Amino acid sequence: MRHALSTRLWHWTNFACLVVLFMSGLNISNAHPRLYWGEWGFSAAQAWLVLPKFPGWSTIPGYYSLASARDWHTAVAWPFAVGLALFWLAILAKGHFKRDIMTRAPEWRWPAIRADLAAHLRLDFDHVGRKYNFLQKLSYGLVLGLLLPGMVITGLGISPGMEPVMRPLLDAVGGRQSMRSLHFIVAWSLVAFLILHVALVLLSNPLRQMRDMITGGERAA
Amino acid sequence: MRRRGIIAGIGAGFLGGCAKVSESRTAQSLFDMAEGWHRSSQRFLTGREALATEFDRSHISPFFRGNGSQTVNTPEYRAAAVAGFPDWRLTVTGLVAHPLALTLENIRRLPQRTQVTRHDCVEGWSAIGEWTGPQLSLILRGAQLLPGARFIVFRCADTLNGAPYYESIDMIDAFHPQTIVAHRLNGQALPERNGAPLRLRVERQLGYKHAKYLTGIEAVASLAGIGGGQGGYWEDRGYQWYAGI
Repeated sequence: MRHALSTRLWHWTNFACLVVLFMSGLNISNAHPRLYWGEWGFSAAQAWLVLPKFPGWSTIPGYYSLASARDWHTAVAWPFAVGLALFWLAILAKGHFKRDIMTRAPEWRWPAIRADLAAHLRLDFDHVGRKYNFLQKLSYGLVLGLLLPGMVITGLGISPGMEPVMRPLLDAVGGRQSMRSLHFIVAWSLVAFLILHVALVLLSNPLRQMRDMITGGERAA
Repeated sequence: MRRRGIIAGIGAGFLGGCAKVSESRTAQSLFDMAEGWHRSSQRFLTGREALATEFDRSHISPFFRGNGSQTVNTPEYRAAAVAGFPDWRLTVTGLVAHPLALTLENIRRLPQRTQVTRHDCVEGWSAIGEWTGPQLSLILRGAQLLPGARFIVFRCADTLNGAPYYESIDMIDAFHPQTIVAHRLNGQALPERNGAPLRLRVERQLGYKHAKYLTGIEAVASLAGIGGGQGGYWEDRGYQWYAGI
């Protein structure tokens, strides 16, 4: 698999940002480990989910500090969001999105989907013509187009300073506490993606794939 | 036993490393830079006068919890609370042409603004309440700010963990229409746990900026000589001064 420089740069810096954002996020969660739906909420009785307190080894910093965790979280949010925006510009401008990630109508027919699912379950990962398969396109598309931007949007939705311009989206999801719940839900969805992503890389020539994502892969003949 | 100790030591060293990084001057400057970007980009994207959402009364939370200080632990405050705060004064001092000392009656007689707004605590929770009080801009115009006044500092009667609470905002937030000195919550006199008799509302920022048990308003040119120099009780303890994010 060949990867452009922009892909490789973004892939690793994005991963580094997400690690810091997630671990500082767990620290922030510990300040008030309850999630609500709607515009407001503060007591356990109003919560739809009461979270555990995340242990020190999983948080940044490694001890409870809302102030320090927020410093990390709100600072690293910048390279994360700007990086994502720049990457989208790159993949749109260079046609990478249209050529490699966008799915086509025939791929959505059930026989094609079933065949791709079966290949995955057989751990048959030979890329035909070095292209992403349907499930890859779908998952990368969802991560790039929904989950990652979703983290930025829900983060802004929680911020009182952005409230005046975020009001339409706040109304759409039910309010500020709904945004906060979605912020947590999308974050954990990204964790689920990470686990799946790493598992599949490990199952399909991990050394070559890691090399390709660092050096760019072999040139086409 | 030795190997376990070494592994534990390496683990502790790694975790300690992250903490050490955040204590470094480089990290602090980067954090300050990011805070500045949030402040300027938020004001650029939303506009100085943009209002936080004001809700219908039906959205009011049935109970408005307290946080931080929930009273002022002095016999003077106790006695004043029982009597309805007859001798309470909100002083307006510093870089003003006409220093003031307002009684609660003075404050009640000023034109009032009532707003049903959502309070967002930095911890993550929110509550909606109906606040009533005069706009800070009105009080500041009455006192006549002098040129050179850049920040408004709020002095409070309460101490938290032994240190006096205080806060500060800049002129943009000071003159924002929703920045009021609230003395009523949900149609009744402000409860003790929510800052009786007076608390600040700064609706575009997180809850710790909304100072309670207000005793004084001070116009200053710099936050440097006040408290720990960071502009507020929680800011002196590592929280961000601009709390819009």
